Amino acid sequence: MKKYPLTKRILFAAILLSAAGMTQAAKEKKPLMTGASDSMLANTCAGCHGTNGVSTGPSMPTIAGLSPDYFVTIMESYKSGDAYSTIMGRIAKGYSDDEIKQMADYYAALPFEAASQTTDPALVKKGAKIHDLYCEKCHSEGGTLKEDDAGILAGQWRPYVRWQIEDALSGSREYEKKMMKKLKKLHKKEGDAGITALLHYYSSQD
Amino acid sequence: MSIKITRRNFIQAAGVVSAAGAVGFPGLVLGASKKVVVVGGGTGGATAAKYIKMADPTIDVTIIEANKDYYTCYLSNEVLSGNRTIDSIKFGYTGLAKRGVNIVHDYVTGIDAKKQIVMTKSGKSFAYDRCVVAPGVDLKWDTIEGYNEGVANTVTHAWKAGPQTVTLRKQLKAMKDGGTVVITAPPNPFRCPPGPYERASQIAYYLQNHKPKSKVIILDNKPKFSKQGLFTQGWKKFYGYKTDNALIEWRPGPDAATVAVDAGNVSVKTKFGDTIKADVLNVIPAQKAGKIASTAGLTNAKGWCPINLKTFESTIHKNIHVIGDASVAKGMPKSGYAANSQAKAAAAAVIAMLNGHEVGTPSYVNTCYSIIAKDWGISVAAVYRLAEDGSKITKVSGGLTPKDASAAAHKRAVLNTYSWFNNITNDAFG
Repeated sequence: MKKYPLTKRILFAAILLSAAGMTQAAKEKKPLMTGASDSMLANTCAGCHGTNGVSTGPSMPTIAGLSPDYFVTIMESYKSGDAYSTIMGRIAKGYSDDEIKQMADYYAALPFEAASQTTDPALVKKGAKIHDLYCEKCHSEGGTLKEDDAGILAGQWRPYVRWQIEDALSGSREYEKKMMKKLKKLHKKEGDAGITALLHYYSSQD
Repeated sequence: MSIKITRRNFIQAAGVVSAAGAVGFPGLVLGASKKVVVVGGGTGGATAAKYIKMADPTIDVTIIEANKDYYTCYLSNEVLSGNRTIDSIKFGYTGLAKRGVNIVHDYVTGIDAKKQIVMTKSGKSFAYDRCVVAPGVDLKWDTIEGYNEGVANTVTHAWKAGPQTVTLRKQLKAMKDGGTVVITAPPNPFRCPPGPYERASQIAYYLQNHKPKSKVIILDNKPKFSKQGLFTQGWKKFYGYKTDNALIEWRPGPDAATVAVDAGNVSVKTKFGDTIKADVLNVIPAQKAGKIASTAGLTNAKGWCPINLKTFESTIHKNIHVIGDASVAKGMPKSGYAANSQAKAAAAAVIAMLNGHEVGTPSYVNTCYSIIAKDWGISVAAVYRLAEDGSKITKVSGGLTPKDASAAAHKRAVLNTYSWFNNITNDAFG
């Protein structure tokens, strides 16, 4: 597959999807309502991602307080299939780009609340070192900042973060080259145990 | 009743006066907060109460539910396999109380749509400006000869989770190895379309580990069922489906439809005329809207509640909204997530209508997981939009777990099932 920059790929996906959307609309005999409010759209997520986007876990992620850019990017990637998902691809296709932006802005304005998870202190210590070495440059301040326009790692549900890393390593989810280089290096050097330690470090933060 | 006059309250009170002056709303008094009464504390009712209170704390919200605790129908099949305790599917109302919702444990005996009053068994009455009715389902006892509420204490339906779930679990535990479990699946429409098949899967899972010579027979009213391809794929993989040693056997309708139950003999008679003997018998009858819906005159000839699909207001009685399994939400299944999603659309409509605003565009979602075997979950999901003419809730995306999903994906779906459960119950009751 020819590699395009992420922004270009999103643009392509958007064009394809709007075409697909038109076909879908043409098939429907009756025109459908649009223009749902931010909260109406966002609240449909809460049955799985928690009231106000704060998940009670253990695997579905908290979506409150995410960077709106990240929210839009990941939803578009689910839509296009660039990011592997078990269920989100099927759901993301139901929303227009504008609606995804509405949900992104709505959840960005709500506070992220760190999940309470048990951690192993030794693994946390080891994970902190691994984070500083491989991840801190982009996921700054321990992966806590939404301003990094990446997913919030600190305090996110551990199985979810693990799956994202697994999918990155298996090539079923695309990330920036820079990140993949670092992640592969980390995995080669530290192994699965290193990933586990890293995950414990992230879950230790609040 | 005293109320603190704030600028917001004052404006609302003024709005009420002008609205009352124009249209003559009954039951609205200057300065009194608007009242919503929610009938039924299941997933739909609890979600509606919570979301109305969260979005507009000035509204006085009361939920009336007969039971102190609610047992979710979803994941109750895991209680049957022993993978989950009955307490883990039990939810109370302290979460809603903390949010300022008035909790009343009483049995609703009637709703006077004209006077806008809900009546209860203990003789109390509750006035409302808008009422949300979420009674779930009732069973059509008269569709199966020899089956009734009393018989169901031993020949369970367990289609409303709780004591019967525990009874069925005990019966499975007491059954000899080599026994036959018979589940009769109901005709459409019914609560939780994949439920009977997930139930068969969870029971097979238990039998495989504890009583491997036994089997589960599903006698179906229907020739096909929800998530059928994924269920049969899983049954072949784990339970020898379609082989001589199959732990699950599915007999399709209409021939296998159950017409009679013999509780003494623990057997059923099918439409074809066969008598099927069971060691453990689980009879899930045809369904209709919960009893209060028909008592209040909210049902159509088929026993379900017709509604405006945008506002969920009954098309029979004004100021009463019906959500969840009891409603005819054309296009959506009768599921917990659908009830949760409908409750939010209804909550927004109720608030808008009480405040004299235009009701906005609704949005609805359904997600539903089933666990077939250890580390093997499947899902169905859909996003819906309302047709502009209001005639149908239309699916715009979604679908099933792909047939070629990896074992790792099925394993993730199990953990996602538990996350789904934790979040939806917290979203409704927390």
